Amino acid sequence: MPAVSKGDGMRGLAVFISDIRNCKSKEAEIKRINKELANIRSKFKGDKALDGYSKKKYVCKLLFIFLLGHDIDFGHMEAVNLLSSNKYTEKQIGYLFISVLVNSNSELIRLINNAIKNDLSSRNPTFMCLALHCIANVGSREMAEAFASEIPRILVAGDTMDSVKQSAALCLLRLYKTSPDLVLMGEWTSRVVHLLNDQHMGVVTAAISLITCLSQKNPDEFKTCVSLAVSRLSRIVSSASTDLQDYTYYFVPAPWLSCKLLRLLQCYPPPEDGAVKGRLVECLETILNKAQEPPKSKKVQHSNAKNAILFEAISLIIHYDSEPNLLVRACNQLGQFLQHRETNLRYLALESMCTLASSEFSHEAVKTHIETVINALKTERDVSVRQRAADLLYAMCDRSNAKQIVAEMLSYLETADYSIREEMVLKVAILAEKYAVDYSWYVDTILNLIRIAGDYVSEEVWYRVIQIVINRDDVQGYAAKTVFEALQAPACHENMVKVGGYILGEFGNLIAGDPRSSPLVQFNLLHSKFHLCSVPTRALLLSAYIKFINLFPETKTTIQEVLRCDSQIRNSDVELQQRAVEYLKLSSIASTDVLATVLEEMPPFPERESSILAKLKKKKGPGAVSVTELEDNKREGGELNGGADRGPDSASTPSPSGDLLGIRAAAPIGAAPASAGSLLVDVFSEAGIAVSSAAVNDEGFLSSAPPSEDPAPPLSVADDLLNKFVCKNNGVLFENQLLQIGIKSEYRQNLGRMYLFYGNKTSVQFASFTTTVSCPGELVYSIMFLKFLNCCVQLNVQTKPVEPLVEGGAQIQQVLNIECLTDFIDAPLLNIKFRYGGGLQNLTLKLPVTINKFFQPTEMASQDFFQRWKQLSQPQQEAQKIFKANHSMDTEVLKAKVRLPSPICKPRHILHSPCIPVGCIVCVCVCPQMYRLTLRCSKDLVSQRLCDLLAEQF
Amino acid sequence: MMRFLLLFSRQGRLRLQKWFTPMMDREKKKIIRDMTTMVLSRQPRTCNFMQWKDLKIIYKRYASLYFCLAIESQENELLALEVIHRYVELLDKYFGNVCELDIIFNFEKAYFILDEFLMGGEIQETSKQIVNRSIDASDMLQEDDSSEWYEVQLFG
Repeated sequence: MPAVSKGDGMRGLAVFISDIRNCKSKEAEIKRINKELANIRSKFKGDKALDGYSKKKYVCKLLFIFLLGHDIDFGHMEAVNLLSSNKYTEKQIGYLFISVLVNSNSELIRLINNAIKNDLSSRNPTFMCLALHCIANVGSREMAEAFASEIPRILVAGDTMDSVKQSAALCLLRLYKTSPDLVLMGEWTSRVVHLLNDQHMGVVTAAISLITCLSQKNPDEFKTCVSLAVSRLSRIVSSASTDLQDYTYYFVPAPWLSCKLLRLLQCYPPPEDGAVKGRLVECLETILNKAQEPPKSKKVQHSNAKNAILFEAISLIIHYDSEPNLLVRACNQLGQFLQHRETNLRYLALESMCTLASSEFSHEAVKTHIETVINALKTERDVSVRQRAADLLYAMCDRSNAKQIVAEMLSYLETADYSIREEMVLKVAILAEKYAVDYSWYVDTILNLIRIAGDYVSEEVWYRVIQIVINRDDVQGYAAKTVFEALQAPACHENMVKVGGYILGEFGNLIAGDPRSSPLVQFNLLHSKFHLCSVPTRALLLSAYIKFINLFPETKTTIQEVLRCDSQIRNSDVELQQRAVEYLKLSSIASTDVLATVLEEMPPFPERESSILAKLKKKKGPGAVSVTELEDNKREGGELNGGADRGPDSASTPSPSGDLLGIRAAAPIGAAPASAGSLLVDVFSEAGIAVSSAAVNDEGFLSSAPPSEDPAPPLSVADDLLNKFVCKNNGVLFENQLLQIGIKSEYRQNLGRMYLFYGNKTSVQFASFTTTVSCPGELVYSIMFLKFLNCCVQLNVQTKPVEPLVEGGAQIQQVLNIECLTDFIDAPLLNIKFRYGGGLQNLTLKLPVTINKFFQPTEMASQDFFQRWKQLSQPQQEAQKIFKANHSMDTEVLKAKVRLPSPICKPRHILHSPCIPVGCIVCVCVCPQMYRLTLRCSKDLVSQRLCDLLAEQF
Repeated sequence: MMRFLLLFSRQGRLRLQKWFTPMMDREKKKIIRDMTTMVLSRQPRTCNFMQWKDLKIIYKRYASLYFCLAIESQENELLALEVIHRYVELLDKYFGNVCELDIIFNFEKAYFILDEFLMGGEIQETSKQIVNRSIDASDMLQEDDSSEWYEVQLFG
């Protein structure tokens, strides 16, 4: 037996451990353990009282057995007894056993708490530290309840020894993390902050962890720590490497403390005080300069400690995102690391550059390293480094380099590790879609993706390519041609067959003119893959076949034969059999017209968030991609959608989304008629009136409502807000320091769909994020009730609950489906509650759902118009307002708004709930500096409400 | 903060486990299994960092023993590597040329040393001298266990 025991060795324990080590088999080990357990049990149960030493020894043996991975179901009581021993070693073993083995077993916790209480009040620093450690290790709620008020007192008391202060600070931190509600700092706050000035570096190191955590939760209360942290940091950074004695680590002064200070500063915006800020910038520059100095030691510990500080400083620079000079220097430094011989540094540089890529100041600088990063992707031996390189390529991608990056990622996919292929596929698909300038490139990319990594191409990806092809008629012919060619390959992936089947079924006619891809050739090609495919793909192919019958009558007999054969019409799979039977019947009895109607080309898909993006977000966890997405959406806003399909007059309303699908769905319904005789101004269509600005003024929003569980009253400015959205469907609904709510909506007839985007502007998670929509009439709907309530409500709003956690910098989306059942006046209310830091945030907004959204314009000749106008002649049916122009009556602007100088009238007619049709007619007259707005409507309330709403728009 | 620290041998035998947040036994066993397989399957001269769920795993091998530390995502990887190194230095100072056997036979000491250095997943004291002195002081207390507790100058 090796004589390795030190201090007071427990001989029995050493013998036991050596026995276990000598066991030749698992069985022998278990046998030895069981023997020991029996022995200990009998000792604990025996009549003879055990002395402290034996008790300690047996408890220690039990602990060893537990750590070997065996269950221990006794001995806890003996361990608790050890806590009240006067002997330090016995107490220490008792605490160790409890720290390792006890979970919140309530009976025991009470006894343990008693022992801890005694030790805390013993004024013996060693015992106090043991007790504090135990609290931190177990960290249960009961312990927090018992000690949360005691520990701050120990922490700030003048006569507490330094070692105890350190333990108390970290113990308090632990309790704060488990039960923040029980740790009330209040009066201690400023004394805790001033621990940053403590002479003892160990105390500062421990305390700063606590302060950082508290600052994240209550930034305002701990604001004073910023200047203290800056001056402490400045003293460390400028100190010579020997000044700090034992806190210098391999010639680097206090690396742990420096990093913690830099981390603490990341909880705050840049200091406002010029002197403090100057000092901090100086520190950051010194740290960057030191990176260029020759190393003081060849030891890796030296460079690690030095670079740890450097990376932390770079994080702070990125966090501030306001010093272009520092950002570019940081980027250059990271660029050097990209080629460093240390793998660790290359890994970290790639990781850090990812965040740098999202800053507008350094995005370009990051892009200059593209070749190095691509090279890393190709040559790094370590998969985790390659993964980082792929992440960085994704982050630095923009329109200028998308083709190169996508091509590199595709070629990497051929050899990529299996563990990261699926994510890579999603990323390629997203980049290809987001930066597609021409859609043929997009289609090529996705088909390549399927070819290279077909197994990893999830449904979302191939659904998406189909959605896009269907929504873009300029790419349909190309897509048909390309899939046709791709299907020629002798072995092609099933996903390719799916895409091919779907696209040829819809658009095969576009390439049928070429004899090499005549209808029959297309059909035979598809059918040659049929037998190798799974059931869902076969089902899809059957649908493609029936579409062929419609597209190409000449294929009818061939296809009918296929459908009629036993393997189809008697297929054991119910779905396939049913399709075969029904399609066969349909093709034989339906007339060409009926067939053409039933099998018409698929209508465009409605606009929605890219399903692939949603998938990637889900895969990476919330917050992982959304920050960059948000940025990109801002940067790239509308470029994709502003394509050729848009109406000529809608160029001024870029959609805020980078989504490919908005194109047809958002095409303006009420595009202004161009006929010469028209006297109309299009008040309702999105494009008609340029509303001042999309951004909402945030003054007045900053005061969050008092923390209460009831919904806050609607913000007083909410009506202004509503007015901004009367003629607009998209924009920022609300913004304060914490939260931004964007809105996108579309309406058709009596239905509307509204997308709400909740963006967390902070770096801290919002917890318990809930939103509730209540409609006029105080009813809160869930999908379940809706059907029963229809009869008494004006407006139906359906939605699903949002995710309760919104990560810092993340954005979540909520979709509201709105149905207008009858006319209404009050807008629905949106109540949002979430926890930020310690406090509950509660705010209520009016959703900009106004009755005019459910109107549709109708064009009519002027005599029809006046005839209708006269029909609505009762006084209460008319509402009129004469008012001064709010916006300048600049002739150019007016020309855009108004087609002709004098009386302008726009007849409109409302569509409506199923039960109450309401017609409405609008007439606008313009005189110098004045408008006269007249509305006539079969329902008097409606004309009044509309008049109020519209008057604000001029 | 740090979430856990595991020490295991090249054969995957666990030598020390420290959990800084409460966790179910089942969960612990799963993590131990995941970590040993992940770390042991790494090629030599790859980087010391890995992403695992929402945590960063930092590992380093010292002789026959792997040290594997899990930190939260905003923490500094390089410093975590130095946390491991400092712990090794502390063990080395205490045992004198520490080896795996020291940790097996004196596992409780390894825990005590760790507790002086880290607490609740944060650094408590980075000074090697101070940690060593307090460990030595508690050893002195042990040798003198017969008496009631008496004043010991811990940080002279």
